[in-house]
Amino acid sequence: MKADRTPLWLGIGLAVFLGGGWLIPAWAQSLAILALGKGLVVLGLLLLMRCGLVSFGQGLYYCLGAYAAVSISKIFNLPPSLLTSDAVVMPLAGGIVAGAVAFVLGFLLANYRSIFFAMLSLAFSMILYGLLIKMSVLGSSDGFNITYGTAAGIRLAPGAHLFALYAVSVAMVFAALLGAHRFLSSHTGRLGPAIRDNELRVEYMGASVRNVVHLNYVAAAVLSGVGGGLVALSIGHIDPDLAYWTTSGEFVFVAILSGTTNVAAPFLGSLIFEWIKSVAYQYTPYTWQLVLGVALLLVIMFLPAGLWSLFGRRGKGA
Amino acid sequence: MAILEARGLNKSFGAVTAAADINVSVEADSVVGLIGGNGAGKTTFINMITGYLKPDTGTIRYDGRDITQFVPRRVTQLGMCRSFQIPQLFNSLTVRENLLVALGVVVLGGNKWASGATLAADQVDTAADDALRRFGLEADRDKPAAVLPEGVRKLLDIAMAMVVKPKILLLDEPTSGVSADEKFAIMDMVMAAVRAERVTILFVEHDMEIVSRYTQRVLAFYDGRIIADGATEAVLNDDEVRKYVVGTTHAATAGASHAAH
Repeated sequence: MKADRTPLWLGIGLAVFLGGGWLIPAWAQSLAILALGKGLVVLGLLLLMRCGLVSFGQGLYYCLGAYAAVSISKIFNLPPSLLTSDAVVMPLAGGIVAGAVAFVLGFLLANYRSIFFAMLSLAFSMILYGLLIKMSVLGSSDGFNITYGTAAGIRLAPGAHLFALYAVSVAMVFAALLGAHRFLSSHTGRLGPAIRDNELRVEYMGASVRNVVHLNYVAAAVLSGVGGGLVALSIGHIDPDLAYWTTSGEFVFVAILSGTTNVAAPFLGSLIFEWIKSVAYQYTPYTWQLVLGVALLLVIMFLPAGLWSLFGRRGKGA
Repeated sequence: MAILEARGLNKSFGAVTAAADINVSVEADSVVGLIGGNGAGKTTFINMITGYLKPDTGTIRYDGRDITQFVPRRVTQLGMCRSFQIPQLFNSLTVRENLLVALGVVVLGGNKWASGATLAADQVDTAADDALRRFGLEADRDKPAAVLPEGVRKLLDIAMAMVVKPKILLLDEPTSGVSADEKFAIMDMVMAAVRAERVTILFVEHDMEIVSRYTQRVLAFYDGRIIADGATEAVLNDDEVRKYVVGTTHAATAGASHAAH
């Protein structure tokens, strides 16, 4: 039995990203934070796709992650606190709230598959969108600005905000990668592809398909919530569009672009996607969606298993 | 003491009677054959016993306990497993991975398996290799299940059912779709694997040679009813059975049963 060297590789990667972060320009750090945060949502999609499910409603949890901490303080008129202006606490709080909502919704959604699951998940995200549009205390369709001043309770020096958020994002992503790798290599994690292939057999083996689907659904929601929190802090502004179905669709787009064979694939795909988007917007501001559409078409035609298949079937994934 | 008892089972699907007043009592450690034409009710019987279908009326008792309303997951946990007429495998996984998933479920179940099967996480790999060896699957261990020939798929299907160390094993047509020269090899392998574990076996079969060779007792189904129930040779020679199931040109082979303890 060769020892599992993935934690070692992840540790090295973490060091590289943190060290490298000092050297790259500010715009690259911002791009990276967006890619890492959105990559977390796509990682959640990967977990669900392994079970054979495609969620068109991860925007629900992405939006909850962004809104959760700040909404609670606005609605109850609380003073700005650790919860709302800390780069570490705010995304984690978002993840917890997203997980709690997913736990409840999961009781319904775990009963559905394929198109029904996709449509139900989309429906719930649009319900949140509708609710937020109506809530004037949260700024309705305008949303509101958010800022952060501390990271894990440590006050940030002026000018250090961006790198601090970058470092927090990197740390959270590597923690998620480690967790996902552990989960997918575990016996429960291995039931995902089994469920995708043959649910009847899984039940006849004595395992509960519903429970495994429910678990994966909650895990995907937590990842999406944390990702939503990180992206929100980076952009500095949140609005109900985070829950709109096209936001959810974008995550599915990136999941297909990346491929689902490796837990690192979502982050590569997300990085390339954000990069193409920013380059395309810079040079063809009125047709950037066309550029992205063509890119996806090329990937589907020539690399149907996603961009990660360029590396062959290596590693720590599905 | 009967390990499995079905009393007064009835099941209809609209105008079709799949089971009519089925009464069966199976002793522990026995090997029972279920024969009958297509649509006679054999697979329906297995589906009801394992909880996949609920009978309209009647009860099923396992080890004295009423399991009529239990779902397949629960029935498996109590120690009754089945294989399928059309092998139910995880087609995108390799043979070994299929077994690892099955063994993983045993580990996750801890000590709730009625048969006492427990498996620690570090024993999984050796248990998988052991199963591969016992069922002659070693040569195909890294092939995806989707590309396997039917006989190998059947063996893998049965191997996965055996992983929880069941007390009762229900095999649905273990040799159908398998080439003639492989049939006995497969049955020999399965019987050898279960011999050591003292398992009660019921299997559905269309091949009367297999039935005579391996069973001590036979239940003959026709049109949802059991038309004969007794020692293998007697049932295979029974007039009604010959009329509806076996046919008169196919004489039952007398003598030694492979299933003898």
